[in-house]
Amino acid sequence: MITFSKKQLKVPKLLRPVYLVTAGQSKFARAIPEKRTEELVVDAFTMAAKMIDKTPAELKRYIHTAYYGHFADHFGDQLLGEAVIHDRLGLDPLGNIGIKTGGATGGSTLWEAVKAVASGYSDCVLAMGWERMDEVPTDEGNHLISCAADKDWETPLGHIYTGYYAVMAQKYWQVFGKEEASFRHTMAEISVKHHGYARFNPFAQSPMKITVEDVLNSPVVAYPLRALDCCLMSVGAACAVICDEDTAMELTKDTKNKPLRIWVTAASHTLRPACRRDMEIPLLPNETADQYADIEERFPGGGRYPGFTGFLAARMAVWYAYRMTGVVEPMEDLDVVELHDAFTISDIQTYEDIGIRPYGSGRDYVESGDCYHTNPHTGQPGRLPSNLSGGLIGCMHAVGATGIMQTFEVATHIWNRWEEMHGDPALWEAFNRRKPDDWTDLQVVGAKRGMAISHAGVGSHVTATVVMDPDSLLKEDA
Amino acid sequence: MSMFGTVTVKGGKYRIRGDFHHITPNTPIRNEDREWQLVGVTNPRDMTYIHTYGGEAVFFEGLCQGKIHGSRCDNPGCEGKGTVYLPFRIHCPDCLGRNTVVDLTDVCRTTATIHTFMVCERSGAFNTLDKPIRFINVEFDGVSTILMSYLSVGEPKIGMRVIPIFRTLDPTYTITDLSWVPDGTSQDVLPKGFHL
Repeated sequence: MITFSKKQLKVPKLLRPVYLVTAGQSKFARAIPEKRTEELVVDAFTMAAKMIDKTPAELKRYIHTAYYGHFADHFGDQLLGEAVIHDRLGLDPLGNIGIKTGGATGGSTLWEAVKAVASGYSDCVLAMGWERMDEVPTDEGNHLISCAADKDWETPLGHIYTGYYAVMAQKYWQVFGKEEASFRHTMAEISVKHHGYARFNPFAQSPMKITVEDVLNSPVVAYPLRALDCCLMSVGAACAVICDEDTAMELTKDTKNKPLRIWVTAASHTLRPACRRDMEIPLLPNETADQYADIEERFPGGGRYPGFTGFLAARMAVWYAYRMTGVVEPMEDLDVVELHDAFTISDIQTYEDIGIRPYGSGRDYVESGDCYHTNPHTGQPGRLPSNLSGGLIGCMHAVGATGIMQTFEVATHIWNRWEEMHGDPALWEAFNRRKPDDWTDLQVVGAKRGMAISHAGVGSHVTATVVMDPDSLLKEDA
Repeated sequence: MSMFGTVTVKGGKYRIRGDFHHITPNTPIRNEDREWQLVGVTNPRDMTYIHTYGGEAVFFEGLCQGKIHGSRCDNPGCEGKGTVYLPFRIHCPDCLGRNTVVDLTDVCRTTATIHTFMVCERSGAFNTLDKPIRFINVEFDGVSTILMSYLSVGEPKIGMRVIPIFRTLDPTYTITDLSWVPDGTSQDVLPKGFHL
């Protein structure tokens, strides 16, 4: 039984306001043979500078320390890759550090960057993440990913991470999905949505105009998960520049970017799902204990928490984040989210962990149409659009960059620059990609607040990055 | 002539014999679409790691003897006193005291049921299990955790009663030496090298 002390449940507090000033990213693809990692990183940094009308050299003069997210040294066969990148960015002899927390590496990199500014150590920092997953064939890549499971108790069992992850999907599928064809259909809709939104994103790796039937007919990876239910294996880089208030105002003066307030919280849970011990559900501000009193009755087998169906780390990351930032009802208080859709089913599980639906009711977020840019049932804007970038299924999962890409996406909506950053024909041409004739502007009109969830493995690390227009805060002293 | 790398411990130190890596030449990567220009180079790696099980060695040794060891916190001052762990935990996660090794073989034989499962059609490189792999997570009476393993006979179902089987012939001394079959399975249908 996991229990918490009062000190462990302290709501985090930044010592001063912290701002997201600009961000950038490279092209994402399964392989990018024509570029070294440093070239992708320079692409991302150059874009971030351009967004605030600076040259890379001008922006660099503001940076005091650097935080580098790169998960898998063994993929790139390069230890201390952070030192290589730092040198190539010409940031020596400034302090830098590498951060690695599996799939949550990008979010964790932002976590460290924000704390560095909040503490006063630095006034302006670079958070840069990348991953290079094209240096080995896919089956060896699967082995390398499986090394993120317990090397003695799990990795020898197939050397395939999907197997360790999908047992949780199977439990959710049977307990909360009740093995219903309608639930399987809803899972497929998520893939259709994310590959579909990726069509409007020039950075995205896997744009596809597909149907639910295409997903349901794709090859089985681990039943009920099929190939089109799974996230991508990618190459690419993304970055963000994080500042204190004075530096943020100076850097963005006379530019299109309004500095956005940013907070990041983090939580963790065992690497081995096997070692998940029972506990009470930590409640979010929009929940009561009563609502889960009969969960075993409604969903036989679902009474064990977090069991194999919830992600405790995701729940705790937002437990801290919502209290820190004043979010009470995420469906109302947030305007856009980017979630860690490693698999369609884990996307649904996350809806529940972060409180946009109660435990057991995640599917309703899709079936209601709330998760879409435009609700397909009503033709009206979705209540809380998710993964308009295409997410990990449609856009990319260049692990160290993913959490930063998600935050970039959320910020472009709040900056009201989504159309510019995704529709520019020059960008499509530069990436040698064809802009579709039916390209659609997915700008969330009037977006003021958003959140990105960055998630590792079977839920070993999760971060919640909350971004807000400083004139639309929910809590005065956040 | 090369030989597999082998390791023993003597006097608290590793004694290493044989070949632990093999040198393979780099080869160029060229672009077929651009007049075979050089793009990069392959970097072959073939290495053998030396890995200690430390305090978990008793578990992995036990498998080839038909035993499943777990561990239990017996610290009277710990809020988790009496909690039994499988997978084996060397230390209690609450008090960090050293856990007591307990033989759970009978518990596993009489109370194991499938908590969840996954039939996986694919594997990563270096996989040694037959595909599709029937991953199962097994729960036991009186044990706080749920062991990941694989089913060697039949099709898994949540709630199915299973019993352990052990690779006692040519063991690998890895977690793959432990597998499970439906309760009632007879010895003659077990995979080669495994025993009830």
